[in-house]
Amino acid sequence: MRLTSIGRQLLMTIALPVILLALWWVVSADNTSPFWPSLQKILQAFPDTWTSDRVMEDIVPSLARLALGYALALLVGVGLGTVIGLSRPVRAFLEPALEFLRAIPPPVIIPVIALFVGYSGWTSKIIAIALGCLWPILLNTVEGVRGLDEVLVDTARSYRFRRPTYLYQVVLRGSSPQVATGARQALSIGVIMMVISELFAADNGLGAAIVQAQRAFAIPEMWTGIILLGVIGFLLSLIFRLAEWRALAWYRGLRRSERGT
Amino acid sequence: MPDTLLEVHQLKKVYETASGPVEAIGDISFDMRQGELVCIVGPSGCGKTTLLKCIAGLLKPTAGTIRLADRPVTGPPESMALVFQEYGRSLYPWLTVRGNVELPLRHQKMDAAQRSRLVDDALEAVGLEHAGRSYPWQLSGGMQQRVAIARAVAYHPEVLIMDEPFAAVDAQTRADLEDLVRALHIERGMSILFVTHDIDESVYLGERVIVLSTSPTWVQDDIAIDLAPERDQITTRALPRFTELRTHVYEQIQRAKRGEAVRPQA
Repeated sequence: MRLTSIGRQLLMTIALPVILLALWWVVSADNTSPFWPSLQKILQAFPDTWTSDRVMEDIVPSLARLALGYALALLVGVGLGTVIGLSRPVRAFLEPALEFLRAIPPPVIIPVIALFVGYSGWTSKIIAIALGCLWPILLNTVEGVRGLDEVLVDTARSYRFRRPTYLYQVVLRGSSPQVATGARQALSIGVIMMVISELFAADNGLGAAIVQAQRAFAIPEMWTGIILLGVIGFLLSLIFRLAEWRALAWYRGLRRSERGT
Repeated sequence: MPDTLLEVHQLKKVYETASGPVEAIGDISFDMRQGELVCIVGPSGCGKTTLLKCIAGLLKPTAGTIRLADRPVTGPPESMALVFQEYGRSLYPWLTVRGNVELPLRHQKMDAAQRSRLVDDALEAVGLEHAGRSYPWQLSGGMQQRVAIARAVAYHPEVLIMDEPFAAVDAQTRADLEDLVRALHIERGMSILFVTHDIDESVYLGERVIVLSTSPTWVQDDIAIDLAPERDQITTRALPRFTELRTHVYEQIQRAKRGEAVRPQA
């Protein structure tokens, strides 16, 4: 009984991707247009395009820059968000400016960053990723910290928690569901910024590999890069969900018990 | 008075609101001795929570002084524990029951084994020795309030302050929790200041009942409860003396509501 229901759910989950792939395969099979190579050709190009050398030259640097930029955004976003969230005057002072800055589409900051540190090299790309990821993390952290229950805060005050205990055990953990929401949004922005930052300079990285393939009319190879990006994005969000599932088990339980009563 | 534990002297609290100042507390003065269980009752909206927040150092009084163990209260004092009415909002949902009880002990000078003993002892005192690894939201309301009480017991405060702690639990659970408070007071000699709006509860629990007037609040009556220290939900509540005392408190509250009582001039 349970097993069949799990089986049915699995079927539901993979049904659409399988159908789409099959459709792509069939529709593109006899295609003669060089811009729309058949899925068969694209898949055949995969092993030759993504050799272990290319993985080291393009994929690893891309992911390393994403990790660094994302980590930087988390650190700054949560730190700054906590300071802003805890202080009403600081919030009133900064919030309009933050709302404006958030409204600027992150990719347009890349040319600005390039004015100072150039397009090529790691620095500009990491800064671009970090700046793109910063806003959702920062603003969600502010919301989370501001929304802390005042009874929880009064409890902490009456038991005279020390500052670090208060900040970690009460403020950070209490706002963690909102921080996670921001971090999830930031992750997809991070992947976008990773690719875009590489398109400009096109020296190395996944985005650069796609552009170079397109310029060289290596169309099936270009498509392999796009598919690879999709797979990486999917895997990253899967890893994120698993981490969130573990870290916020208490939050799910709390929500369930609140709905139950 | 060497055994005076808590001293509230001419406390006054005025809130500044958009529509002008609101005097929540007019002039409250009372003392509480070491080892006493004092109940505070008053009509709803009489500023009971404001009074407690001032005593707990969470709110700054407009005028007057509060002294705990001969030290003036200017912020949350070192040896005071609070139990709130909103148990669901005062326990940390990301910590287990054990984690919640242990958290306030982290900064006290003791080793891990001693801390663990205190937690065990407190959980046993409230009858939750088997629930340490559960999360608060897995427990019923009454059990959650027991966790909050265990956290206060483990802290070994000089005074335990309870703000309408049982207002949100059902009647049977409430009776059990009342007996738990009596037991902590008798067996462990805990000094407890218990705020409630329930007249029966105040007479059943207290050795003294302080009746507050309507806002701006002052102490309208201070009644010694001369019932035996060993109390029982059935026999104590059936005593003629219990009925007399509750009638007396009830009349005082009614007078307070009608505004008949005259505020003594200081």
